Amino acid sequence: MNQPIKIVTVSDDSDGFVLSDADAQAIEHEKHHYEDPRAASIEALKIVQKSHGWVPDGAIKAISDLLGIPASDVEGVATFYSQIYRQPVGKHIIRYCDSVVCHITGFEDIVTELEKQLKIKPGQTTPDGRFTLLPTCCLGNCDKGPTMMVNDDTHVRLVPSNLANILEQYQ
Amino acid sequence: MATIHVDGKEYEVDGADNLLQACLSLGLDVPYFCWHPALGSVGACRQCAVKQYKDADDTRGRLVMSCMAPASDGSYISIEDEEAKAFRENVVEWLMSNHPHDCPVCEEGGNCHLQDMTVMTGHNSRRYRFAKRTHENQELGPFVSHEMNRCIACYRCTRYYKDYADGTDFGVYGANNNVYFGRPESGTLESEFAGNLVEVCPTGVFTDKTHTERYNRKWDMQFAPSICQQCSVGCNISPGERYGEVRRIENRYNGDVNHYFLCDRGRFGYGYTNLETRPKQPFTYQGEEQVSLNTEQAVQTASDIIKSSTRVIGIGSPRASLESNFALRKLVGADNFFTGIEAGEQQRLEKMLQILKTSGVYTPTLREIEKYDAVVILGEDITQTAARVALSVRQAVKGKAREMAAVQSVAEWQIAAIQNIGQHAKYPIFTTHTDRTRLDDVTAWHYSAPAADQARLGFAIAHAIDPSAPAVKDLNDELQKKADFIASALKQSRKPLIISGSQAGEMALIDAAANIAKALKSQGVDEVGMTLVAREVNSMGLTMLGGKSLDEALSAISEGADTAIVLENDLYQRVSAQRVDQALDQLKHLIVVDHQYSDTSKKAELVLSAGSFAEADGTVVNLEGRAQRFFQVYDPSYYKPDTLVLAAWRWLHLVSSVNNAQASDAASLDQLIAEIASDMPQLAGIVEAAPNADFRIHGQKMARSPHRYSGRTAMRANISVHEPRQPQDQDSPFAFSMEGNNNPKADRNEVAFAWAPGWNSPQAWNKFQDEVGGHLRNGDPGVRLIEVSNQGEYFSEIPASFVATEGQWQVAANYRLFGSDELSQRSAVIQERAGQQAVTIHPADAKLLGVNEHATVSFAWGGQQWQLPLSFSEHICSGTIGLPLGTNGLPASLAGQMIDNLQEGHA
Amino acid sequence: MSLSINKTAESHPLTWCLREDEQPVWLDEYRRKEGYVGVEKALAMHPDEVVGLVKDAGLRGRGGAGFPTGLKWSLMPKDESMNIRYMICNADEMEPGTYKDRLLMEQMPHLLVEGMIIAAHAIKAYRGYIFLRGEYVEAAENLRKAIEEAKSAGLLGKDILGSGKDFELFVHTGAGRYICGEETALINSLEGRRANPRSKPPFPAVSGAWGKPTCVNNVESICNVPSILNRGVDWYKGLTVNGSNDCGTKLMGFSGRVNNPGLWELPMGTTAREILENYAGGMQEGLDLKTWQPGGAGTDFLLPEHLDLPMDFEHIQKAGSRLGTALAMAVDHKINMVSLLRNLEEFFARESCGWCTPCRDGLPWSVKVLRAIEHGEGQPGDIETLEQLCRSLAPGHTFCAHAPGAVEPLQSAIKYFREEFEAGISGQANNLREIRGIQPNQQ
Repeated sequence: MNQPIKIVTVSDDSDGFVLSDADAQAIEHEKHHYEDPRAASIEALKIVQKSHGWVPDGAIKAISDLLGIPASDVEGVATFYSQIYRQPVGKHIIRYCDSVVCHITGFEDIVTELEKQLKIKPGQTTPDGRFTLLPTCCLGNCDKGPTMMVNDDTHVRLVPSNLANILEQYQ
Repeated sequence: MATIHVDGKEYEVDGADNLLQACLSLGLDVPYFCWHPALGSVGACRQCAVKQYKDADDTRGRLVMSCMAPASDGSYISIEDEEAKAFRENVVEWLMSNHPHDCPVCEEGGNCHLQDMTVMTGHNSRRYRFAKRTHENQELGPFVSHEMNRCIACYRCTRYYKDYADGTDFGVYGANNNVYFGRPESGTLESEFAGNLVEVCPTGVFTDKTHTERYNRKWDMQFAPSICQQCSVGCNISPGERYGEVRRIENRYNGDVNHYFLCDRGRFGYGYTNLETRPKQPFTYQGEEQVSLNTEQAVQTASDIIKSSTRVIGIGSPRASLESNFALRKLVGADNFFTGIEAGEQQRLEKMLQILKTSGVYTPTLREIEKYDAVVILGEDITQTAARVALSVRQAVKGKAREMAAVQSVAEWQIAAIQNIGQHAKYPIFTTHTDRTRLDDVTAWHYSAPAADQARLGFAIAHAIDPSAPAVKDLNDELQKKADFIASALKQSRKPLIISGSQAGEMALIDAAANIAKALKSQGVDEVGMTLVAREVNSMGLTMLGGKSLDEALSAISEGADTAIVLENDLYQRVSAQRVDQALDQLKHLIVVDHQYSDTSKKAELVLSAGSFAEADGTVVNLEGRAQRFFQVYDPSYYKPDTLVLAAWRWLHLVSSVNNAQASDAASLDQLIAEIASDMPQLAGIVEAAPNADFRIHGQKMARSPHRYSGRTAMRANISVHEPRQPQDQDSPFAFSMEGNNNPKADRNEVAFAWAPGWNSPQAWNKFQDEVGGHLRNGDPGVRLIEVSNQGEYFSEIPASFVATEGQWQVAANYRLFGSDELSQRSAVIQERAGQQAVTIHPADAKLLGVNEHATVSFAWGGQQWQLPLSFSEHICSGTIGLPLGTNGLPASLAGQMIDNLQEGHA
Repeated sequence: MSLSINKTAESHPLTWCLREDEQPVWLDEYRRKEGYVGVEKALAMHPDEVVGLVKDAGLRGRGGAGFPTGLKWSLMPKDESMNIRYMICNADEMEPGTYKDRLLMEQMPHLLVEGMIIAAHAIKAYRGYIFLRGEYVEAAENLRKAIEEAKSAGLLGKDILGSGKDFELFVHTGAGRYICGEETALINSLEGRRANPRSKPPFPAVSGAWGKPTCVNNVESICNVPSILNRGVDWYKGLTVNGSNDCGTKLMGFSGRVNNPGLWELPMGTTAREILENYAGGMQEGLDLKTWQPGGAGTDFLLPEHLDLPMDFEHIQKAGSRLGTALAMAVDHKINMVSLLRNLEEFFARESCGWCTPCRDGLPWSVKVLRAIEHGEGQPGDIETLEQLCRSLAPGHTFCAHAPGAVEPLQSAIKYFREEFEAGISGQANNLREIRGIQPNQQ
């Protein structure tokens, strides 16, 4: 919770970010769903994230230009929402539910096992860039906990002994 | 009005206020953070909680945030309620849980709203025993320091910077108790008004970096009520001094003028007062050798020169006070007095004064500008030439959202709701300039064109409003349509404001602006206002005083005047070096009275070392015709006895008295002012601009320092361990040092520094106001000298449209906020902020010339050569060249001139 | 929904047409099962009549606060000149312990779409958004497909079913923040801003999304609407049991270490015991029920003795808690309350938007105190600090209901299980400790 906010240099060329035509078009398309293009900012960040895995610095400027809002606003939004990643992440993102029902049903054991298998702590990425481990709010599977998502897949009724099999599916 | 009941007492308050405003206006102390009089209420900090009861019989009540609750008639509240007090103490305790408690090393200490509020709530013991959250800081440029660990997340900074000043490079990042306020990246804050963060921030996150270099506590400084000298707006400032140097400029509240905010040039540009190169003693030369003089020698030398001359002329200055200009005029005689303003500019200023007096159109105060509902700006990039006006115009534009919200009965202070209802709605603003302007982000339509064509549009608008106004011939259809559109927008508005000024270098622009205003008036838009922006702090004052132009002075020299006395004026900034050199070389004697060592000073035989605005008293007249007094902040000779600087008017007076015992008996400021008033009826009002030297509060003078001022007895210990008597101020009602009265409740409107018991930060201004954010209790200082009457006719000199000539470029005046002002450009931080200035041409012209962007180009004019980098603008008209006048020694008279030798590389 | 319960349109308006195979019910099947009849009926009525009907039916908001849905609709301005209006569905289900809207949206997307069309007609909205949490990937997919189907069938877009009414519906997915479930924060988020709540007044009904009149309703609330249109007020009111004053059915459930955690559509007023014992199959072997939360993380704990209370707004409130989402959570005797509360407060502190002081700075303090107590490092005065936080973070003291919700479980946990907190207090009060100055940031 107390990680310092990473303030990074936003510049056109430093990280060589290029917004792909497809992404730009997707963002343009989103703009038309709303009275004000600003409303597409979160979706734009998600579109970039989908292509790049995370939101590089250059994307902030690119989105700001595309939507006609200040980069400070885009960055303000990008850093507010927990599912926008402003730092590089692994190929697969594990989001385990750490909310109260999963606390009762034992998510701590699941995290301990994940940490053991992946040799990383929550918030970290495996050295091979395969997995990033992140906690998340209640995933709405409280009747099937403990639960986690790997990328867009939901896994329920987790038991430590079965985690290796699940991770195996994500190469 | 509304009746509210606070802790059992009944009060009459403004029912349109919220309870916090109402209580503060009553003088009751309620702590707060996120609320600010100029920024409205958002209810974020929860510090201003009070207990509210349904009625007189309700004993339970409930906590409400006083900033979010209307002061409606029949409200019953308690500030002293135990639950409310406990909650407020809690809030500070929470805020402090991540605050580093680093007051001893924090520059905000002693000037800190967080300290004040912490003491006010009674939170004095720390229960929180856990680790604190920390942040990394950003480098925000030469003006403002950043220390995020001190942040209490009141959100004021981002609300000021983004929502009020319309800055874009600042914001809030992160969430929960890990929110971060700053730029998206390290780098210089882009807003011209970033410095206000220093005062808006209730703690030490944003502090004045120019102060850091030579820091001391606020209570250890000497202050005086002063007027910013850096443009014609006349913002009220409170400069702070210690050890004989100005160390920071704070905003001084004036409910008619700048209220809470300054521009960065005004706040940070003071460095020229502390320059080592300044003349500290009068001097002359023996052969090549510079010889310092004492007062008698200097005065005698000047007198001898004058006596030996056949004709002595005086060249005044729009950056010198009325007193100094008058004293010079008195010394040399009215026929020999010249304003020191270049002829073209002087004509424009005289026209502006004529319009102020006779157009029948009201000139609003800076504060009133915020209430206009349509704005036309002809020819000026006001963010560069009168920045604080631009900030006011930005508030006017937001009036549309306030209006829309009012329809839904949303109060003025409900700022978040107003923004939500208003969305992108703005009152219309139309601008013209030779290039883009810094108001582009809020303009409804902008017209980039040469000055003559801008003026033609202006005339066309006036004609479209009132057909009896002169029509413009051969206007193209598209422009005519725009003129019609703007005319109709203005006619539909309730309070349109027309802004123009002298700095575009085009008389017709001023005429056109006046015509628009008069046309609106003739069509029944009675509340039309007009603001005409001059260039320097006393341009209007000097124009009112009168005198011939600088060009005429130079002619007088070639016609035989053999001695010139130049007052606080670097002539090279105004006309071509060739002309100045030619004239000065013809002189037998040149006497310069100045506080800067300028290129003109270098030519002088005798330099009389004048005091800067911080070392002298005087009166200046701003663009609206408001006379305002600035008072001496400190006596430099107290710290350095060999320093001999006097107010320029005092030097001139002393010379007069020796030279001609009959000339003047004005030995003191008040006598001099009285003399001005009797000699010059148009300036008689300046007597009322400020209290005279006899003003006392309970028999006491007013103190220049807070009563905690420390170290006085040791201040000069390096010279002598015996403390001398403090300097005595004969000229003003202020005492040097902390001796004297500084009671906020005293009947006075000249306030040296904002302080009230329990209120050490700039928020102490609450205690001096009739209602918070309103006017000072005893009236805002200054006096308006001009009564407007309706005598004028329409102006009809409509210029022809600009036609480009191949190989020639007409100079478009691109004044720069940072760099164009003669004085502040000498300050190192301003130079750093300004960076390298460039000349601007249209890319098509560059193509013809065969030069690339950022290449160095050179040109010569008036016997001088310049090499500057080139920048492109699609908006500047082909055949014109934008020059950053005032910077790089580019004189003001270049505006509108032709350059015919522009080329790549070095000349 | 594995329990074989005989579900009919009359008894289970929300769930009767769910498929056994848990696959989504698409348009054809939905229409076969009375789908979009409600829309047809609504479009034939004047909008005010629809509002009146929903008002009369006594439908209360299913998102947790229980504000009457029809009343909320009726607050939309009468001023016809405010003609751009928005109908927003709050599908940002993120309250820990809540998993009801997910089921509806994943398996019954058309029910929500139908409800949205009726609601839009009632409040005269021309455009609607389903604000869906980003993690509900399947729900997003299914809703988008349902919207496309409805569009093709002339149920969305221009001139719906020839009625002359237009309504455009979009799925807007979020990027993760619990606070987006607060309706004004949701509006800010929809506008592409940081999800700080807005102050009220003005209420969204007057000035909501982009300053326009806006209505925000929970998924389940909206899903109740089609059957009200279809079967009428009397039928709807008659669904209630046990003398509850609330109307209709409600998705209710029990999670935690019970034998059959799950979710069931039950009449308002069903007792908690019935849900726990008959539906959720009671506590797991060897575990005793210690305490329970009736309706999500932000509701006060209740004791086993409260199990016989009817699950409705009034009765649960009288017992000192709130019905909330009506998805109860059982805490068994092996769970340490301090750890449980530490987990809960970590959630609330992390999900604070950072706008107002008590929430932003007060909740993290409670987390730190709870961690200390959990590790046996609590100090005398810590429990009092927590209690003071509970009092200070009361409704009205904070900017929105987030922090008051956060302290509800804390205050009741201390009330009922104080000894567990006391067990973590050791030694003397000592806030003197090594001064480490400003610590460098961890990278």
